[in-house]
Amino acid sequence: MIKGITIGQYFAGRSPLHRMDARMKIVLTLAYMVVIFLCKNFWALGCTALAAVLCAALSGVPAKMILRSMRPVLILVLFTGVLNVFYTNGPNTHIWFQYELWRVTLKITREGVFTAMFTTIRILCLIAVSSLLTYTTTPSMLTTAMERLLLPLAKLKVPVAVFAMMMTLALRFVPTLIEETERIMNAQKSRGANLETGSLLQRVRAFVPVLVPLFVSAFRRAAELASAMESRCYTGEGPRTSLKQLRLRPWDFGWLAGTVLLTAGIVALNHFFRAVI
Amino acid sequence: MNAIETQSLTYQYPNTGKGTPAAIEGINLAAQPGQLLCIIGHTGSGKSTLVQHLNALLKPTGGAVFVDGKNIWQNKASIRQARFWVGLCFQYPEYQMFEETVEKDIAFGPKNMGLPGDEIRARVLRAAEYVGLPESCLPKSPFDLSGGEKRRAAIAGVMAMEPRALVLDEPTAGLDPAGKEQIQQLILRYRRETGRTVLLISHNMEEVARLADQILVMHQGRAALCGTAAEVFGRAAQLREMGLSVPVVTDIFERLRAAGLPVSAEIFTEEQAAAELARLKREGVRLP
Repeated sequence: MIKGITIGQYFAGRSPLHRMDARMKIVLTLAYMVVIFLCKNFWALGCTALAAVLCAALSGVPAKMILRSMRPVLILVLFTGVLNVFYTNGPNTHIWFQYELWRVTLKITREGVFTAMFTTIRILCLIAVSSLLTYTTTPSMLTTAMERLLLPLAKLKVPVAVFAMMMTLALRFVPTLIEETERIMNAQKSRGANLETGSLLQRVRAFVPVLVPLFVSAFRRAAELASAMESRCYTGEGPRTSLKQLRLRPWDFGWLAGTVLLTAGIVALNHFFRAVI
Repeated sequence: MNAIETQSLTYQYPNTGKGTPAAIEGINLAAQPGQLLCIIGHTGSGKSTLVQHLNALLKPTGGAVFVDGKNIWQNKASIRQARFWVGLCFQYPEYQMFEETVEKDIAFGPKNMGLPGDEIRARVLRAAEYVGLPESCLPKSPFDLSGGEKRRAAIAGVMAMEPRALVLDEPTAGLDPAGKEQIQQLILRYRRETGRTVLLISHNMEEVARLADQILVMHQGRAALCGTAAEVFGRAAQLREMGLSVPVVTDIFERLRAAGLPVSAEIFTEEQAAAELARLKREGVRLP
């Protein structure tokens, strides 16, 4: 029943995106997010969106999976789009359509339609690129990269390494705990527990026999893990090296150059064509 | 009529690709009333998947399960009935205890059956008796019991439903020898006193040889062998191929026979071995 939940939706592969250094991927994803908000006209927006599509094609991740990651935000996108169409007003807007409904004037302006298109494309591009990041990077690689990127904060006495370790362990135990939950649910169902029917309150109450053993076993696992780590001299102090070494390679700089080029192109396009929003 | 019967039971886990073999395939199992059936097999051979079908936790993708001749997937009521007719006790059952007291935890099953209070109390006491838990344990917290006591209390929680068939998934795993012995004794006593069917998954061949009336050997999701101890352990080579073994005494007697001693080929327990050795001594047989 709860099998099939995937945390960290890694899609195994050996594409150029998979092989990019995880730190570079995070930085470039952030850069892309800035770039997409720099776009002022359709030429610039089109180029940025095209870049996202190219990356998606390069990654080898099936288009279906990327579209699926957009599904949860679809309602948000539609909602903001509709609002933008009707609520954009200004001194020199071009009115395309006007309709008097009771005492409210429904107005569709050219600027409104453009803003709606811009927001929609921007949000979709953001989702696509950030889901590409998680599709092409394993969760453990992501946390390692985050740790390395945040390392300068350690100078300010922020326990970056400890946070990263906590992240890694939390991710590590998600599948274990899902399995455990399933086992306990089956065990209680075998004793006649009714977990699937009844009112909300009944179902919450019915889950006590699952939650109590789950917490007990989570604490037991945590204690066991802590002693296993301590017996291997883990203290949380000192700089730690990592099994998976992150190394910047020539192609990583190629990606960086590509992103710089894209940014420069956007700035140029913004300059040469009239801004529409 | 068989207490538990499966007919060409097949199960394919959902979300597995087309080429993946089914978790279990074409299992025909038949346990007569009062019989003690042991299921053995390598890790991942499908034993646990099989037993989860017996009380309707998993819905077969092919074939059918019958409890006392009744198809358990007939309707909603028959599914719920299967939960109580077949008492399934998972591996490491002590980790499923959640109530504040042992008594309340054992009573969880009977309470879910909707029994009256005095009947629940009677069943709790009876179940505690079967597993050899003293009454002084009942008001204690499950977390204050020893490892072996916890295990027995958890088994009592399933026995208290007084199921027509009791299914135990590796009930002695992870216990010390004394704890193992206690569990084996209680299974034998439970069966003797209630006359109910017991199914037992085990990795311990000595245990299987000692307890089983019938043995089912699972291999790669299929029933590879089925029969009495003599029929199954007589095929030592085939068992070893499947990553299993025979009881140590059977192995020893096989070697003695290979060395030329006229010993029986049907020695599976220590008691049988002792009797056979006594016979050899009495008859004055020596190594050739």
